[in-house]
Amino acid sequence: MSTLTLRYEVPGDDFTRAGEASSDVKRKLKQLGYNPEAIRKVAIAMYEGEINMVIHAGGGEATVDIDPKQVKIVLTDHGPGIPDVGKAMQEGWSTAPDNVRNLGFGAGMGLPNIKKYTDELRIDTKVGEGTSLFMTVYA
Amino acid sequence: MTVQELAGGLGAEILVEGDLSRPVETAYVGDLLSWVMARLPEGAAWMTVMGNLNAVAVCSLKDGACIILTENAALDDNARQRAGMEDIPVLRVEPGSYETALRVAALLGETA
Repeated sequence: MSTLTLRYEVPGDDFTRAGEASSDVKRKLKQLGYNPEAIRKVAIAMYEGEINMVIHAGGGEATVDIDPKQVKIVLTDHGPGIPDVGKAMQEGWSTAPDNVRNLGFGAGMGLPNIKKYTDELRIDTKVGEGTSLFMTVYA
Repeated sequence: MTVQELAGGLGAEILVEGDLSRPVETAYVGDLLSWVMARLPEGAAWMTVMGNLNAVAVCSLKDGACIILTENAALDDNARQRAGMEDIPVLRVEPGSYETALRVAALLGETA
């Protein structure tokens, strides 16, 4: 299996479509016979990332590179950026608005979940410009 | 115990059939989706009042066995459709999550 690259547009402010990209990646990894635990980790981390992009950033783009050893996911948005990444990484810290909490999100678990389910995580963020998440999950 | 047997034991309404033959390994209660996303065990019967599309996505991504909507909570039309596509059974019961959890525990033969 050589590297397979998938690209998705994550729609902004549309919770009904959030999760489409991660569901598709999950399906493709299953078809490729990828390790189930790695598939689970990728699906969870990517879904949380998608939800974050919908809640905070008006959507963005996702690029997924799959090879036999690892899955690399890059999520990029042009939202407000994260002023304090340290706080955002704490469980329970959330800046999500009430309408999002009513949907069951905004528990402040997004980034902590992403950290928990990835083997490598780098966050590049600049206030006023946007955020990029670089996640790697080993096979 | 399968989802079908669990539904029978609870006297639950089956809103979406999905894979009713799926074994139920354990159970989980929670309404905050990000929280559930972090903790829902694989093969769990998940009790919640969240009947939206995102709840179906969480159950699917975490490989839950089924969703049990407690307190007669509503299931959105698009969630019903997605659950059907993803083969996820959605059950509904009248009692709250606490009472339902007690009954599920008894049916699964689990004790605290």
